[in-house]
Amino acid sequence: MNDFLDALDFIRDNASLLWQLTLDHLALTGAAMGIALLIALPLGVWLGHVHRGSFVAINISNIGRALPSLALIAFGVALLGIGFVNVMVALVVLAVPPMLTNAYVAIDGVDPDAVEAAQGMGMTPAEVLLRVELPLALPLIFAGVRTAVVYVIATATLAPLAGASSLGDVIVDQATYRLPGVLGAAICVAVLALVAELLFALLQRAVTPRGLRAGSREAAETVGPQPAATEVV
Amino acid sequence: MSLALPLAQAEPVIPDFGRGSSCERNDDALFCWSWVKDNWSDTLQPALLQHIALTLIAISIGTAIAFALALAAHRRGWLTTPVVIVTGFLYTIPSLALFQLLVPFTGLTRTTAEIALVSYTLLILFRNMLAGLAGVPAEVRDAARGMGMTESQLLWKVELPLALPAIFAGLRIATVTVISLATIAVFVVDEGLGDPIYNGLQQTFSTELIAAGGLCVLLALCSDALLVLIQRAISPWARAVRR
Repeated sequence: MNDFLDALDFIRDNASLLWQLTLDHLALTGAAMGIALLIALPLGVWLGHVHRGSFVAINISNIGRALPSLALIAFGVALLGIGFVNVMVALVVLAVPPMLTNAYVAIDGVDPDAVEAAQGMGMTPAEVLLRVELPLALPLIFAGVRTAVVYVIATATLAPLAGASSLGDVIVDQATYRLPGVLGAAICVAVLALVAELLFALLQRAVTPRGLRAGSREAAETVGPQPAATEVV
Repeated sequence: MSLALPLAQAEPVIPDFGRGSSCERNDDALFCWSWVKDNWSDTLQPALLQHIALTLIAISIGTAIAFALALAAHRRGWLTTPVVIVTGFLYTIPSLALFQLLVPFTGLTRTTAEIALVSYTLLILFRNMLAGLAGVPAEVRDAARGMGMTESQLLWKVELPLALPAIFAGLRIATVTVISLATIAVFVVDEGLGDPIYNGLQQTFSTELIAAGGLCVLLALCSDALLVLIQRAISPWARAVRR
């Protein structure tokens, strides 16, 4: 346990360094998530709306899971060299699949009766998408975003291996920071990931339409940090 | 070439230290097949086997723990929430951090790597096992009881077979996840495919990391396919229903 007390001392003594690294960590995460969101959500929502490309949309998250993050960052170094942008590209590649799959499954799985009723009321396809399908699919879409955020925060820890700054700087540099430093930074990363998970769980609850809330707890729980592709056999 | 040539005029003798093909020595290609051939038996193959061992151990232990937890939660519903919270907590901690946080307890050993890897399988396996067991229709259970089955017969002969698709879905995700995460174990123990990947990261020669990373992806995809085949083999009845 002494090691952990030393780690807490390290955090206290190096608060400004750790804070700076946390900001770097979040910048990397934010940039990667922003780009990944712009790619994954429109594509997943559109594919789900037209009910096409299920094979790709569902299996991409299985393939994404098979990509080892360390190898992906390593590929990035081999192909693109080192730096912030290259790590970001690797993170985008990791973040897109779970969000794409969840967005697809969410929109594709909206009760066809609800869609038909909306069409019967004279809604245009755009209105059906924006006012019926999206609100109903939002919790599941958000579950995918949550998975991706936690995954990206975890992987951004490896960024220093490819020349970008993050909390991983301290973790992979035991020679400089010794065990207390490594443990201290590891605690910070763990807390960061847990806070993000909690925050997004609350956000997910907030974006859930009130009508869905009673049943959504169960739905959100079976989906949770795992994309809905769980049942794909 | 006359034999009378003075020794001083002969070609200087430079021992050929450079091994391998020109592509390795000059580092002019992204990927050298010859390097893979030359280093397969002393670098890549052992790393691959260690990786498989790391994964198998983690999945076996994880399955045993998750199975016990799922059975308990299946019988006593109130257990579900605490188990999901604890395993979800473990699942959320980034792997690199979790490996390091275990070092004070178990040191830079294989045990550290396995504990972390097992902890990542629990949430996935538990949730799928429980969902599978919960998905067994009540009428089926009633029918089994009506036939005079005991609780354990009901579990092994009715509930578990019906839960197999969900259990296998969980096993597939857990296996692929562990194979991918086991590369990070290189930070605590020099085992598995993470080792050549990490080595490769520290050189400009890119073949090693591409080969090892590629093997890792290949291993994940093959394991996934293998699990699908196993599932088909042990649940022949599902095929008839599915088609």
